[in-house]
Amino acid sequence: MIAELSHYALVLAFVLAVLQTILPLWGARKNDLTLMGVAEPLALAGFGFIAFAFAGLIASFVRSDFSVLAVYTNSHSLQPLLYKITGVWGNHEGSMILWVFVLGFFSALVASLGGNLPARLRANVLGIEGSIAAVFLLFILTTSNPFLRLSPAPAEGQQLNPILQDIGLAIHPPLLYLGYVGFSIAFAFAAAALIEGRLDAAWARWVRPWILTAWIFLTLGIAMGSYWAYYELGWGGYWFWDPVENASLMPWLAGTALLHSAIVMEKREALKVWTVLLAILTFSFSLLGTFLVRSGVLTSVHSFANDPARGVFILAILILFIGGSLALFALRAPVLKQGGLFAPVSREGALVINNLLLTATAATVFTGTLYPLVLEAVTGEKISVGAPFFDRTAGPLLLCLLLVMPAGPLLAWKRGDLRGVTERLTFAAGIAAAVAGLVLWLTQGGPILSAAGLFCAIYAIAGALIEFSERLQLFRIPLAASFSRARGLPRSAFGTVLAHIGVGISLLGIVAEAGWSQERVVALKPGDRIAIADFDLSFKGLYDREGENWHDRLGRFEIRRGGLQVTTLEPAKRIYLGNQPTTEAGIATFGFGQLYISLGEPMPNGAISAHIYWKPLVTLIWIGGMVMAIGGALSLSDRRLRVGAPKPARRMSVLPAE
Amino acid sequence: MRAAILAISFFLSFSSAVFAVEPDEMLADPALEARARALSQTLRCMVCQNQSIEDSAAPLARDLRLIVREHIKAGESDQQIRDYLVARYGEFVLLNPRLSAHTVVLWAIPGLILVCGFIWIAVVLLRGNPPQPAKLSPEEEKKLAKLVRNSDDLTKL
Repeated sequence: MIAELSHYALVLAFVLAVLQTILPLWGARKNDLTLMGVAEPLALAGFGFIAFAFAGLIASFVRSDFSVLAVYTNSHSLQPLLYKITGVWGNHEGSMILWVFVLGFFSALVASLGGNLPARLRANVLGIEGSIAAVFLLFILTTSNPFLRLSPAPAEGQQLNPILQDIGLAIHPPLLYLGYVGFSIAFAFAAAALIEGRLDAAWARWVRPWILTAWIFLTLGIAMGSYWAYYELGWGGYWFWDPVENASLMPWLAGTALLHSAIVMEKREALKVWTVLLAILTFSFSLLGTFLVRSGVLTSVHSFANDPARGVFILAILILFIGGSLALFALRAPVLKQGGLFAPVSREGALVINNLLLTATAATVFTGTLYPLVLEAVTGEKISVGAPFFDRTAGPLLLCLLLVMPAGPLLAWKRGDLRGVTERLTFAAGIAAAVAGLVLWLTQGGPILSAAGLFCAIYAIAGALIEFSERLQLFRIPLAASFSRARGLPRSAFGTVLAHIGVGISLLGIVAEAGWSQERVVALKPGDRIAIADFDLSFKGLYDREGENWHDRLGRFEIRRGGLQVTTLEPAKRIYLGNQPTTEAGIATFGFGQLYISLGEPMPNGAISAHIYWKPLVTLIWIGGMVMAIGGALSLSDRRLRVGAPKPARRMSVLPAE
Repeated sequence: MRAAILAISFFLSFSSAVFAVEPDEMLADPALEARARALSQTLRCMVCQNQSIEDSAAPLARDLRLIVREHIKAGESDQQIRDYLVARYGEFVLLNPRLSAHTVVLWAIPGLILVCGFIWIAVVLLRGNPPQPAKLSPEEEKKLAKLVRNSDDLTKL
């Protein structure tokens, strides 16, 4: 019954979404306030029905109702409750429901928080959101219905893929979807601006919190996914340039560019048309990302064709939204007036370079990801584009971006002081060179590439700190005065500094992991000892452990450092119900570094193989991501950005030019 | 990421090895072994979804790792080994695609976008900046100075 009711709720949500598309858009066209006014209640009611369906699906999973096909294929009565729930979105149908749930959530947020938006803009935005919801709900209802019944109902389910039975599945997909779908708001604002032919600084102010929100979630989602892959897959890698990872990286790159161009637009009314285009591109990448993962097109062009209904529908959605919005852009963009002149050397100029580099990187990742598919479809030739390609192309672009990054906040709007900025950046570069040189000397010379990366990372962090101390006039005026300046600074200033430092921190982790990791591949018998970095590991033997729905064969390692036992690690081979094995790496964190042990296979001579890594500073990779997100959150909490906040407080006016 | 994970679990279901390089595969000479590892990272496990043979647990990847090491021991250069593998398995085996007629677009895109972007920006900036207005007359300068004095802090915003 729950499944049928939920299915029906989805149908109702679809009908409401269609109404939410047609009525407000028509009302905005005819300037009919009544028609425009129905957008909010429709959005809220639509979200209610989607939430009902989502809750119904969760209930079916929790109750282990195996008469529902999706539950049967993705759950098991012995699965822990958490994985029964996360199993809801651990499959295609359920994850699409999560997607529209997040979409409905954002629409409802706009409907309830958007009171300060002009009526026409709000109606258009909600109308566009409604159209996205309508199309996705139709997609679910016609090709991916999660509420299909099985008759007769099986007694037991097939369980969720063991690798997905992890806390990571509870966190990563929801964060990622909050990011992907969050950009739909920016998209809707862009489309609304194009429809109205009106675009001003106020538009940028309204849309910026939404962009920032989506960006924060996407940043966290990517960082979380990377850490999940790192500890779950068991070979110590954290980023593989896998198409599925690239799918989330593209909207992040475009979204980061959008975040910055929207600032230029709000402060200086420049880059208007470009910002609108970026908003469209970012959400297009999000759509593409959703479908790259979901459609199976990545495994091969042929598996895409295996389910023609779904494949064709997906193509239609992409063409409708990406093609449609770009056509709208081409038609209406000339109507929008450009404003805000600036000199090449200025904060606007730096942000333009930022946008160019980010866009070029996104385009590179896009080409690299889809090129093999297109080439195979057109010529039949099969090639691979993997990590080495992206390291050689996207890598240098991102390093260039990092070199420009500290310059942006240091430059003034309109016309910057090139000499002053160069002096400060030379100072940052000096610090970075000194640190990189010192580390190289201490570690007996490392790979030259690591030194270069280290330099960039320190330079980025130092540059951000120098900019911040400039604002406080640190060491130039008494400390107390600097402190009171800091209190007067808007939170977005702290946000910028933190986010930029976060980028540097992440790079520091990446560089250290790549350049100074140590690795041992060994065959071990009980009593064997291994030395790695300054650790001394002794292998105690293999033991068994039982869990709710798994059985571990674990190896016990005692870890000593300087003669003292510091911890015990128990990497395991875990066998789930139905004989599906996974690896459970043993990880211990020391400072920012991690000792990582992954167990292999028993060898013929009675030994067991193991991979042992020491990865210095590796946790900085994800800590950096979190610092970026915290920076974003600080900016978001700035009252000037808060939705519905009054005009900037007067006290801002005593601050120096930003 | 999820598909990567799914792909991997898919391989686990028919291969017993869990991670890549096993101790018994490794070369005794650390320098040669390091070369083998570096080379392996640029070679694709053809039955996997976007994994190098260095990372893959599939039996095919193990076979390829052993082939690579045999050829290294025989004293071949990385290029010779790559050529051998391409002749045997096609270009699909290279994770770093060769520059050729059908990959020229792929390799050119990053540079092309950068160059076009710069040109576009330059054009827009030049078009956007109208010729500088004529200098202010002395009276106008005076007027301006007076205005600036009166507006006090406002200009600093």
